[in-house]
This record gives sequence, structure tokens and C-alpha cells, in this order.
Amino acid sequence: MEAFFEWFRWLYDETGINLTFVYDAYDRERMIDGFLMTIWLSLVCLFFSVIIGIVGAWLQGSPLKWTRRLVNGYIQFFRNTPPLVQLYFFYFAVGNLLPKVATDYGGEAPLLGNFAWAVISLSFFAGAFNVEIFRAGIEAVPRSTVEAASALGLTRLQTYRHVTLPLAFRVILPALNNNLVNLVKTTTLAYAIAVPEMLYVANQIWSDNVNVPEMMIFLLFAYIALVGILVWSMNRWERSLKIPGFGTS
Amino acid sequence: MAWTPDQPMVSLKDVHKSFGELEVLKGITFDVMKGEVVCIIGPSGSGKSTLIRCINALNDIQKGSITVEGQEVNDPRLDKLELRKKVGMVFQQYNLFPHKTALENVMMAPLIVLREDQQEVEERARMLIRKVRLEGKEDSYPGELSGGQQQRVAIARSLAMNPDVMLFDEVTAALDPETVKEVLVTIRELAEEGMTCILVTHEMGFAREVANHIYFTDRGVIVEHGAPATFFDDAKDPRTREFLSQIL
Ligand SMILES: Nc1ncnc2c1ncn2[C@@H]1O[C@H](COP(=O)(O)OP(=O)(O)O)[C@@H](O)[C@H]1O
Ligand SMILES: [Mg+2]
Repeated sequence: MEAFFEWFRWLYDETGINLTFVYDAYDRERMIDGFLMTIWLSLVCLFFSVIIGIVGAWLQGSPLKWTRRLVNGYIQFFRNTPPLVQLYFFYFAVGNLLPKVATDYGGEAPLLGNFAWAVISLSFFAGAFNVEIFRAGIEAVPRSTVEAASALGLTRLQTYRHVTLPLAFRVILPALNNNLVNLVKTTTLAYAIAVPEMLYVANQIWSDNVNVPEMMIFLLFAYIALVGILVWSMNRWERSLKIPGFGTS
Repeated sequence: MAWTPDQPMVSLKDVHKSFGELEVLKGITFDVMKGEVVCIIGPSGSGKSTLIRCINALNDIQKGSITVEGQEVNDPRLDKLELRKKVGMVFQQYNLFPHKTALENVMMAPLIVLREDQQEVEERARMLIRKVRLEGKEDSYPGELSGGQQQRVAIARSLAMNPDVMLFDEVTAALDPETVKEVLVTIRELAEEGMTCILVTHEMGFAREVANHIYFTDRGVIVEHGAPATFFDDAKDPRTREFLSQIL
């Protein structure tokens, strides 16, 4: 392992290509933390944005007019404003309105930290698109199938959970896939409120070492790898959901 | 006043149903006793499906009354779950859940709606699948079954809820002629076991054999009705005669 790291030091000495985050222990640790932070942030946002999509699409089918309007308002707001502005809005505007909590050292700290705000903001952002995606999927489920469920005595919620949603999922996976890939890429915005994710860490490293091009190229490849893994697992999932004799025929 | 089996199991009184301006049912009245098999026939668009769907509250009605075991269906406070436990329904297009196997389709409602024990439900579901002669197809998905097989799964799925009345809406209309028979055999067995059945059908031979009573509807009214023998051989109304001459 040490020889591997040293080779990169040699590479730097010989060619000037400076990948400090490989051979320098301190930078390496920072980079790994940043990488893990990006993965963690992505996973948490993926999770919440899908939940928002599922719940939002359910509420959109509500018989109550105001519930539907509220959901539509939410979608319009988050789809038609820049995600960076949303992030600032949550972190600086909403964050300031919340009460402060006392810390162990007698000081005051914000109720929610920057990571939490990034999760909230990005989940709502991607969630708005997910609601629309799920809605389209739900509309693709034949009314007659839903009717059969209600004729069997299933409630609206039971029908949604056991019939509509599982069928809708299979229709929307490609669209959902796209939106989730976008979400992973959008996590770089958390840089703006100092969440130590990959871009933020890379920036610190290139400030210390003046190796901007190397860090940039590395970042691009790292995101290609992350998105690749996501797409690969979504495809696997899609295949595992395939029903014999359904959809493809 | 509690319902007793000597009263009509299903009773319709002057039922009116409109879709917007279009009045589809214009005063339908009939009773179905426990164990009776009633066939509704009539030209396409005469409101047969609508009538059947009103009985289990898939459609609301504007006027009149429908009761199932004495319970008023046309009541805003109606407990739909209670109604649907009593009334089973089979559709023309089967409407199975495509993401569930035949067995899972049959098990779903008892598990989710009645919250019955998994093992008991499975046992009963396997028994029902045997009853509709689909042994060996338990693990097939609807997409892997023929129309007739799917329709029999749909019947089993309905029976799994132990209904007191079964509604059949042209359940053989979408099937190949060869598979019609296997579905009709299943329905006939049910009728012979004493299941109360209301069926919309174009299978006149079948109606004649299994029905206790035939209703002929046209444009939202019952034009003529009677026991099969008198109805088919001795129809009075010219509209009935014309319909029968076209279809027989
Ligand atoms: N959901 C609906 N909205 C509007 N019109 C409908 C609806 N369902 C049925 N109809 C109309 O009601 C009439 C009776 O339809 P239906 O009950 O399906 O007849 P049948 O089953 O005898 O062929 C038809 O004219 C049909 O177009
Ligand atoms: Mg019809």
C-alpha cells in the first residue's frame, strides 16, 4: 500500500501531476470523508425525496380540494425556482427564524445544522419532481384494476399501497432513475452552505496545494462512478421487479 | 329491523341513475332471494353494467333504494367495507392484480381487509383454486394465464371473501369461445351450491339452464321478465322478441 502511495509522490516529482489526496495522509483522510459525506447525503436525500414523492402523489389524489392545491403549490414552487436559492432560503432565512438551542459549553447553536438543511432543501427539491413522476405512474394504472381492489373491500390507502403503488413503480423506474441521478449531482450545491461533501473537500485541497485541474478531473470521475453505481443498482432493481407476462409484451 | 333469509337478499326499488344529463337507469325494481340466480340480459348500452355496479356502490344512485341483506346501499353513511364483504364482483376484463400470482390474488383481500391468519387464508385460497380447476397454476402470474383461466382466478378471488351474493358482469364476453365453457361450468357449480348470483350475460343457453328468473332491460327500464321457460318461449314484448331473435 505504502509503495502505491509513494508512486503518486514519484508521479508528482516526475510529471507535476499532483494527486495529494493519494499520497498525503491528511488529504487522503479529508477526501475519503468528503466522499463518504457525498454518499451519505445522497442516500438520505434519495430516501426522503422518494417518500415525499409517494406521500405527495397520494395527497394529490385526495378528495379534498385544498390538500390537492397545497401539493400543487409545493410542486410549482420547487420546480420553478433555482435549487441553490432554495438552499440559501432554507439555511439563511428559515434557519434564522428557528429558535437556538443551548450548547454544553453555555453558548447557543442553531437548532438544525448545515447538513440537516441540505437534506431538507434537496429532498424537497427532488421530491417535487418525484411527486409528478409518481403521479404519472399512478395514472398509468388502469382504473378498472383499482376498482377491482375496492370491490374486494380494500380502502383507498390499502389499494394505493398494495395495488397502485407497486404497479406504478414499475412504470416510473426510468423517470425516477433520471431524477435520482440528478439529485446525486445536485448534492454538490451543499458546498454553498459548507457541508463537507466531495466538492467542498476538493476545494480545500486545491486551495492548499494549487492542483485545481487534478482535483477537478478526479471529481468528475468520482461522480461518474457514483452515478454509475446508482444506475446499475436501479437497473438491477428494475429487473428484479419484472413480472412474467406483464408490461413488456 | 334485522334482515332474515326469508326477505329478499338484494332488493331494488325504483332505482334511478344518471351520468350528468344522461339518465341510464329509469326506475328499476326487482328482488333477489337467497340462493336465487338472476340473469339480466339486454342490448349493449342499456345500463346492465351500471345496474350491477350500483349494487355494490361502485356507482351511486340518484333516486330509489337498493338494499343488500336489508342494508341500504344508497346511504351516505354506508359502511362500504361491510357491503363489499357481502357482495362479490367479477368483471368482464377480469381485472386481476398483474403483479401478484394467482394464489396471491386470491389471498390478498382476506389478508389485507379481513386480516385473517396467513396460513388459513393460504389453505382456503389453494382450495378455491382447486375448485375453479386451476390446480398447478397457483404460482403463475395473470400475464401467463389465458383469459378463461384469469377469469376463474377472478372468481376464486371474489369467493375468498366468502360473499353472500355474487355479481357477474358479462364475464365471458371477452373470452374465446373454447374457454367460455370452463368459466360457465364454474359459475354453474356455484349456483348449484346455492350461491345467490346476479349475472349479466349474453349466453342465452346458459341463462336458460341456470337462471331462476330472467330480466330483459332496454334503455334503462325492465321491459319484460319471467322464469326462463316462459321468457324464452313466450316473450310478449316486441322488443324482447326482436332481441332474442337477433341473439339466438
Ligand atoms: N362512467 C360513466 N360516465 C358516463 N356515462 C357512462 C358511464 N358509464 C356508463 N355510461 C353510459 O351509460 C350507458 C349504459 O352503460 P352500461 O351500463 O355500461 O350499459 P351495458 O352494460 O348494458 O352495455 C351507456 O350509454 C354508457 O355510455
Ligand atoms: Mg356492460
